[in-house]
Amino acid sequence: MKRTRHPLRMALGTYLPILLIVLFAIGPYLWTFISSITPETDLYRAEFRFFPEHPTGENYSRLFTKLDFTSNILDSLLVALFTALLGLGITVPASYSFSRFKFKGRNPLLMQFLIINMFPIMLLIVPLFVMMRIVGIMDTHFALIIAYSTFTIPFSTWMLTSFFNAIPLDLDKAAQIDGCSRIGALVRIIIPVAMPGIVSTGIYIFITAWNEYLYAAILTSSKVRTIPIALQNMIGEFRIEWGLLTAGGIISALPVIILFFFIQKQLITGMTAGAVKG
Amino acid sequence: MGQPPLRKKRDLLPYALVTPALAITIAIIFLPMFQTITYSFSQYILYKPQEKGFIGFENYKTAFSDPLFASSLIHTFVWIVSIIVFQFLLGFATALLLNRRFTGRGIARSLILVPWVTPSVITALMWRWMYDGNHGLINQLLAKFGLIKEFIPFLAQTSTAMGSIIVALIWQGFPFFAIMLLAGLQAIPDELYEAAEIDGATKTQRFFNVTIPMLKPVILTTILLRTIWVANSLDIILIMTGGGPGYSTYTLPVYSYIKAYKGMDFGYSSTIAVLLTILLMLIVTGYVRNILKSQED
Repeated sequence: MKRTRHPLRMALGTYLPILLIVLFAIGPYLWTFISSITPETDLYRAEFRFFPEHPTGENYSRLFTKLDFTSNILDSLLVALFTALLGLGITVPASYSFSRFKFKGRNPLLMQFLIINMFPIMLLIVPLFVMMRIVGIMDTHFALIIAYSTFTIPFSTWMLTSFFNAIPLDLDKAAQIDGCSRIGALVRIIIPVAMPGIVSTGIYIFITAWNEYLYAAILTSSKVRTIPIALQNMIGEFRIEWGLLTAGGIISALPVIILFFFIQKQLITGMTAGAVKG
Repeated sequence: MGQPPLRKKRDLLPYALVTPALAITIAIIFLPMFQTITYSFSQYILYKPQEKGFIGFENYKTAFSDPLFASSLIHTFVWIVSIIVFQFLLGFATALLLNRRFTGRGIARSLILVPWVTPSVITALMWRWMYDGNHGLINQLLAKFGLIKEFIPFLAQTSTAMGSIIVALIWQGFPFFAIMLLAGLQAIPDELYEAAEIDGATKTQRFFNVTIPMLKPVILTTILLRTIWVANSLDIILIMTGGGPGYSTYTLPVYSYIKAYKGMDFGYSSTIAVLLTILLMLIVTGYVRNILKSQED
């Protein structure tokens, strides 16, 4: 619908509401950022100031000097990275199979991955805790990687199957005529073509693992401490150091938001493909 | 889906490719799930190992006469319905606006997505700080504009705690609605609108007779996905209020979590989890059946 609108109507009918919604979406971040560069004492002053008189990076430096935030970042990085690699390693072949072959039990199997995606986390967390205590992997990175796979594997299977389905079958056939085995076709033709989708899915797994809190709170304690747990621990019994917390929040949310901007197009395509087609 | 098979010959390759995913799923999802069902019929309190054992439906009987279970159930419904309704309305309005052509649309779309990728812990902390009863931004602004005389302890009083957390969750989830509905809007062919316009349909008529029916599948799918997600989400509640003040922000997952984490009562916690799952499955099947029915009409 190409139609020129009256500028005033455009301003009031489109720009103003969009501006309000954008403000609602990023307002909490702006305030968190402002708080993070405000000296701790100024945060609790009686008279209210929107911007600090003397902006400071002190909260950020305290995170790394007074607290062990570097090791929290490393823990999160390690867990998120390996969760993504494990998830992709397992679901790329499975999704290829779902997309390319018709076999007995295919539909129920695929359905099963959709249904387990709906299970409440509380259905799994207690037995996983008991299991990991018995095996003796409590408070390790491995425990979290396993726990996170409970939601990344079903999700990733669906996403990747949808990406593979978008690749024309002729490509496989051409590869086979050229003498590729089916595995050869997957490795040499399909994976490279599907790479944007695979990378986006991997990054999405990375983001969800990076953000996860509940499993980490139950399965880890002192040796492994991911960022969400470290932030939660900063909430003291009587006092909350909001300067530190807001700085930590900004540092941990920033990489996720930046990564997300790179993959948003791919991700949305993959997620809406099923829903829009109906 | 819907693609012809590469080969019809019976062979094991497709199964071999699926096996690792399936094996892991069985080990870390299905086995634990059955374990939880077993626990739900057992007395299992971590610090009372001698008393561990099968007790039949005892935990379920307890749940049905437990006032805290009843109030958590009610909170769960309030939680789901209010969040989904507002996320949908706000998300739909956003999608309609983003579907128009204007300068800066790409940037606006990206910024609006930001809440959706925000870690739950950060969402909870940011809003907790803004709601703060002594120095929070919301109180400061309300006072500045003369709307309140005394600061409101949003998260510390039973009358406002639930509503305040609901707002935080609406914030986090409305972009998902916006983006799904926007994709749906963009998939509606322009010809449909043009044809309706030629037939003399007004703007409102076009909205209700073209946009809404065409968007229905996306709306229904998105609502279903979000309902499941919202029903299960508990981390934001845990961090913002921990279920309090009193038990005013207890939902079923929160109750189950606190029973397991603080009470170490794995049996009863599992019972609540199983009941929650049954409830969700009922909602989902009822919902899917309704969709199928409405598509037949």
